[in-house]
Amino acid sequence: MKGGEAIIKSLQDHGVDVVFGYPGGVLLPLYDVIYDSDLKHILVRHEQCAAHAADGYARASGKVGVCIGTSGPGATNLITGIATAYMDSSPIIAIAGQVGTSLIGNDAFQEVDTLGITMPITKHNFQAMKADEIPGMIKAGFYIAETGRPGPIVLDLPKDVQEEEFNYKTDVKIDLPGYKPTKKGHPLQIKKAAKLILDSKKPVILAGGGVIHSKSSEELIRLSELISAPVTTTLMGKGSFPEDHKLSLGMLGMHGRKVANIVVDECDCLIAIGCRFSDRTTGNVGEFASKAKIIHIDVDPAEIGKNVDVDVPIVGDAKNTLISLTRNIIKIKTTTKNVNNTNKWTGYISDFKNNCRPRISFEDVPLKPQQVIKEIMESIDNDTIVTTDVGQNQMWMAHYFTSKIPRTFLSSGGLGTMGFGFPAAMGAKVALPESDVVAVCGDGGFLMVCQELATIKEYDIPIVVCVFDNRYLGMVAQWQKLFYDGRISHTRLGEVPDFVKLAEAFGVKGERVERPGEMKETLKNALKSGEPTLIDVTIDPDEILPMVPPGCGLTEIVGEYKVERESPGEIPYVKTTSRSRGD
Amino acid sequence: MDEQRSHIISALVLHRPGVLQRVAGLFTRRGFNIENITVGTSEQEDMARMTIIARGDGKVLEQITKQLNKLIDVIKVRDLEPGNTVERELCLIKVHAPVEHVRSEVIQYANIFRGRIIDVGIETLTVEITGTPDKIEALIDLLRVFGIKQIARTGPTAISRGIKTI
Repeated sequence: MKGGEAIIKSLQDHGVDVVFGYPGGVLLPLYDVIYDSDLKHILVRHEQCAAHAADGYARASGKVGVCIGTSGPGATNLITGIATAYMDSSPIIAIAGQVGTSLIGNDAFQEVDTLGITMPITKHNFQAMKADEIPGMIKAGFYIAETGRPGPIVLDLPKDVQEEEFNYKTDVKIDLPGYKPTKKGHPLQIKKAAKLILDSKKPVILAGGGVIHSKSSEELIRLSELISAPVTTTLMGKGSFPEDHKLSLGMLGMHGRKVANIVVDECDCLIAIGCRFSDRTTGNVGEFASKAKIIHIDVDPAEIGKNVDVDVPIVGDAKNTLISLTRNIIKIKTTTKNVNNTNKWTGYISDFKNNCRPRISFEDVPLKPQQVIKEIMESIDNDTIVTTDVGQNQMWMAHYFTSKIPRTFLSSGGLGTMGFGFPAAMGAKVALPESDVVAVCGDGGFLMVCQELATIKEYDIPIVVCVFDNRYLGMVAQWQKLFYDGRISHTRLGEVPDFVKLAEAFGVKGERVERPGEMKETLKNALKSGEPTLIDVTIDPDEILPMVPPGCGLTEIVGEYKVERESPGEIPYVKTTSRSRGD
Repeated sequence: MDEQRSHIISALVLHRPGVLQRVAGLFTRRGFNIENITVGTSEQEDMARMTIIARGDGKVLEQITKQLNKLIDVIKVRDLEPGNTVERELCLIKVHAPVEHVRSEVIQYANIFRGRIIDVGIETLTVEITGTPDKIEALIDLLRVFGIKQIARTGPTAISRGIKTI
């Protein structure tokens, strides 16, 4: 068998049925194999989008996504997508072509040191110098990508290796003496955590992307209900806990819900699960949850103690650890009659939450993004997958959108990659053709990847792209308004393009939405039509998100926090700018 | 735990192309302060041992070991205890010694430090010395008065005392 055939065979042996790729000179042997293969290949229009699509595929389905790019510029174009997957722990395998082994190091045409470039942005990478290494590398690649803390893998594949003949063996053995991810948390640490939780009067749970990766949402709900602890999430954790649940606080952090930020500041025990305490989540680390004992559960030992000092570290997979923690708590509760009395705390939070519900109904023209999001929520099913781009559109969605099911809210959290939303939606739809997929993008980010309109048209991938069109790089403009004396430096995007016409140029249906009520109707029709559609939504360029300025504590929220009052009464705590507060 | 000091980290790694780059790259990317790194074969086939000298407090060191452990090609990592570790470095010093009395003085110093003269030229002597970095520093300071033409140091390598291995 030839090396190129071994690639395809090994991928298929691992259950891969679709790859996102873009061919090139050194990939000719591999693409010649793909020509005869029943592996579905989706030709993207830029390699970056192949990586984002594989990432979206992985995030939506939980399976490894695969992308392919040629050597040199093909590989460097994949980089942004690989780094995005790395920061958000998404399992993808990126196959990059390489010049022939005899040319490596000669600065050959389209040669780049892919291995060197991708070392800091992959969980691991390989270079196959002989064809017989391929099956083992693919097998190890899948194993490493999927287990422990998931992450991207790069396989660098020289041209001659794709052509080399070798004896293919099906049951190749892999030996990874340096890779043994911890699965189960230490029993003593879990016992310690259980005691700490039962002794606390004001517990809060912070759930991150790890809860989604380990498929432990049910276990999370069980724990939170058992100890009556409210749950806030990071951006990556959005969807891990149903946000319509009475114990949900919504997202925490710089653009988090006010109730979440203040409750985390006031809590006496923070149970952090599968999160890495990013600066966007914690605000000023020195002030973060300063009254709380912190329990941190994570499968990656290096995340524990990295950004925030913790009282009870537990290295382990979220699912196993949550099951065991819940068992321990029940055991202590039944044997010692230690009932954590959090009634006062949950009562306070429930009042706070009801009085601090962010306002989402607006009749204004130009449209307020909140109103658009409200109409999006009214037109989709619970299991509809939404992706966001990066910037204001992302934070509006994170703040106002109610996510109920894991793997239905996909967003580039760590790297904050503009241009992620659209190709990721494409990948998600390919992974789960039965689910509706809606991409929410800003006009800036969408334009970075708009060429993929060709891909969704050619392959008939019926997603709906909503472009929140305010003709600004809104988030940067917001910071300029708030922190740089309103000096709007190069964040105004001008009048072009006409997004409806742009879509039409690619043969994709384009719609325009300008008034309240129109989004709901247009989106419903678009989803029903089963055709790829772009909806250009003209929104108010002056709308600003409530936010915690960088470097500030989580309670120092600036910007007007518009609330939708449904029950009368005062908000229990409304002061938002003071640093020192008593209990 | 919180004092800033140099730590000696011994790491067993797979003897593969690129492994040094992975380790060195990690230090650069994470902003760890690396003072020295030596690599050589180990007692196990296909494995190499790296001795890394890095500066930082306990928290930094914990991150360094954890991050190193995350690399797939790194098998074992240990921070060697200063009181229970033997540390040695090899250094070659080429000294300007054109006249008789300078030559005999250099030879005497080398003897006192249990060094050896490994090359004699018309105008130079080359001293080989093995020892702790402090001892090497001391000899270099003494020889400096004669004029040092060149120094080549291996950087320290280290092993724990007694039965303990990593």
